[in-house]
Amino acid sequence: MKMKSKTQKIRWSFFIFFIPVALWLFLLIVLPHLELLRISFLGSGGKGFTLDNYKAFFTEPIYWLTFVRTALYSIFVTMIVLVVSLPVAFYITKISSIRAQGLLMILILVPFWVSELIRVYGWMILLRESGVINVFLVKIGLFKEPIELLYNDVSMIMGLVYTSMLFMIVPIIGVMGSLDDSLIEAAHDLGAKRLAIWKEIIIPYCMPGIMSGSIIVFMLVLGSYLTPKLMGGKNSLWFTEQIYNQIIVYFNWNQGSAFGFLLLLLSSMIIWVALKLTKQDFTKVIK
Amino acid sequence: MQVALSVKDLTKKFGDFTAVNNLTFDVEDGKFFSILGPSGCGKTTLLRMIAGFYQPTGGSIAIQNKDMLGIEPNKRPVNLVFQHLALFPMMNVYENIAFGLKRKGERGNAVERKVNDMLERVGLPGSGSKKVSQLSGGQKQRVAIARCLVLEPSVLLLDEPLGALDAKLREHMKVELKKLQVKVGTTFIYITHDQSEAMVMSDHVAVMNSGKFEQLDTPQNLYSNPSSSFVAQFVGNNNKFAVDLKKNESGQFFASSKNGGLYSLSDSFKLQNSDSFDMFIRPEAIIINPNNTKSTFNSMNADVKAILFDGGNSRLLVTPEKSDQEIIVALPQNRQFDHIKAKDSIKIGWDPEAAVCFEKSEEKIYEDEI
Ligand SMILES: Nc1ncnc2c1ncn2[C@@H]1O[C@H](COP(=O)(O)OP(=O)(O)OP(=O)(O)O)[C@@H](O)[C@H]1O
Ligand SMILES: [Mg+2]
Repeated sequence: MKMKSKTQKIRWSFFIFFIPVALWLFLLIVLPHLELLRISFLGSGGKGFTLDNYKAFFTEPIYWLTFVRTALYSIFVTMIVLVVSLPVAFYITKISSIRAQGLLMILILVPFWVSELIRVYGWMILLRESGVINVFLVKIGLFKEPIELLYNDVSMIMGLVYTSMLFMIVPIIGVMGSLDDSLIEAAHDLGAKRLAIWKEIIIPYCMPGIMSGSIIVFMLVLGSYLTPKLMGGKNSLWFTEQIYNQIIVYFNWNQGSAFGFLLLLLSSMIIWVALKLTKQDFTKVIK
Repeated sequence: MQVALSVKDLTKKFGDFTAVNNLTFDVEDGKFFSILGPSGCGKTTLLRMIAGFYQPTGGSIAIQNKDMLGIEPNKRPVNLVFQHLALFPMMNVYENIAFGLKRKGERGNAVERKVNDMLERVGLPGSGSKKVSQLSGGQKQRVAIARCLVLEPSVLLLDEPLGALDAKLREHMKVELKKLQVKVGTTFIYITHDQSEAMVMSDHVAVMNSGKFEQLDTPQNLYSNPSSSFVAQFVGNNNKFAVDLKKNESGQFFASSKNGGLYSLSDSFKLQNSDSFDMFIRPEAIIINPNNTKSTFNSMNADVKAILFDGGNSRLLVTPEKSDQEIIVALPQNRQFDHIKAKDSIKIGWDPEAAVCFEKSEEKIYEDEI
């Protein structure tokens, strides 16, 4: 009797905590997605089951080319972020003193206390034709007249790298912090040069952090909207802008949600392929 | 004999603190050389300078007659077995051992043959595909050593590699390590704070204390002829008596214990600064029921306080009459004194030749060390 009431108590407390989470998940995430999924199979008039919305993606080159471009750029940005983050994480965890470590982490975090919009505008103030950099370069006589540094692929990539760097550095620092210095020394002692130490010891050891950081950054960049829109040029269309256009400009919810699902599906596939290629275990990466 | 390692006037300072103080010594090729000292005396610092991880503040290191100044650790013909082994957790046993060979640019069959040979030598044949986490403490030990030996270093440096093992395994690995060193013939420089490890394995032992060598000798000489109070206390068990030295008219020296008791000595001393000395007698030098007729022989009655039974290493804890000095007496192994019980009164004695005296030093190794 007593036993039973006890287990029931546990049940109740479980439900008290579980129900809000379940409701939140269901009402705000699962339900809208189910609705979007349903809409994506409807014809443009809002009637009948059709695959046309999905077909349009593959038959109209502008759509799938935009996606391919977006995906390739996202992979490229992820790689740049990785290459920049590894030495930064190494410096913070292994070289700087414990006191400096906290300070450096704060320095990396501070930009993320302001909204993405403000950050992007900050870049724009620096880079635009009448911006700080142009004025400076003209003044010291490097340029005869100001040139447009904004609205091209380079400035867009720079912006994307900047806005997503934190999400790579933090997981890598987490793993690298547990790397015993004597492993690095042992490799050095056994004849390894700097490059071999990175390739054989540090990177394999940090692989879980690298993979989870890469997945976060890749998804973040792939799904970002503001930075490509504001810093990219007229020709650098991002796939999220296609979705935006469909829903807001053309009012074609059906096409837009189909694109949304394709984005989810294709990006998951890319991550799956990447995990397979690097022989990483997904359960290990999310830990 | 060729000299494998030659160290001259080596000094290392961290700020104002001198961790290694003006050391000079040579190690001959193929020897097992131990550096024995208490925690914090600078052993690791010395080893890291030899391996190349620290730049000396002064002095020089030569390996196989080649000066090592400014040479990176990856270019030195020495390898280091780390205090916590530092095996690479993301590689299996085979890859760990092959790591150094690959860095030298060796490829293919040669690597495989060498690694498998080495696994055989350290008694782990066929374990190449095991993960590091699947190995026992003693096996990890041997992999860490194999990983270095496969590179055929001129000198192998070992930083307390048995420290993390439990007592039984440590006992076993001591013998294994010594056998391995004899088999491969590589010069070993072995760091430890465990005197029995150093004594069992080494050809030569340097006893180190706060950055300096107190004595560099064979284990036998260290044990029988310690050159300082520190060595006498640190190497083997010893009974320590705080004494004042006195001299009678005929030139015979006596030690008068601060805890009561007067003992004759065989050596002569120059009493200059003070007459406060430490006298040491090994537990096995003290004889139970002595029948020595030498006039200077020290004999006395003593009360047995406790029997410290430890198999072949059993001892008695006694206090001489009219004194509260505690003395440890080794029991002979033929069990002839099995009848002795606690609180018995027995006769003990020692030949003054067996006692050594050093001017009193304030340093303590461990509290209540006997
Ligand atoms: N990088 C360093 N900076 C400052 N002081 C140091 C440094 N490394 C060691 N020391 C100091 O030098 C002294 C000797 O250190 P070392 O590590 O050589 O001792 P050890 O004999 O190996 O001790 P243990 O047996 O505990 O390993 C210690 O007092 C230590 O505090
Ligand atoms: Mg040490």
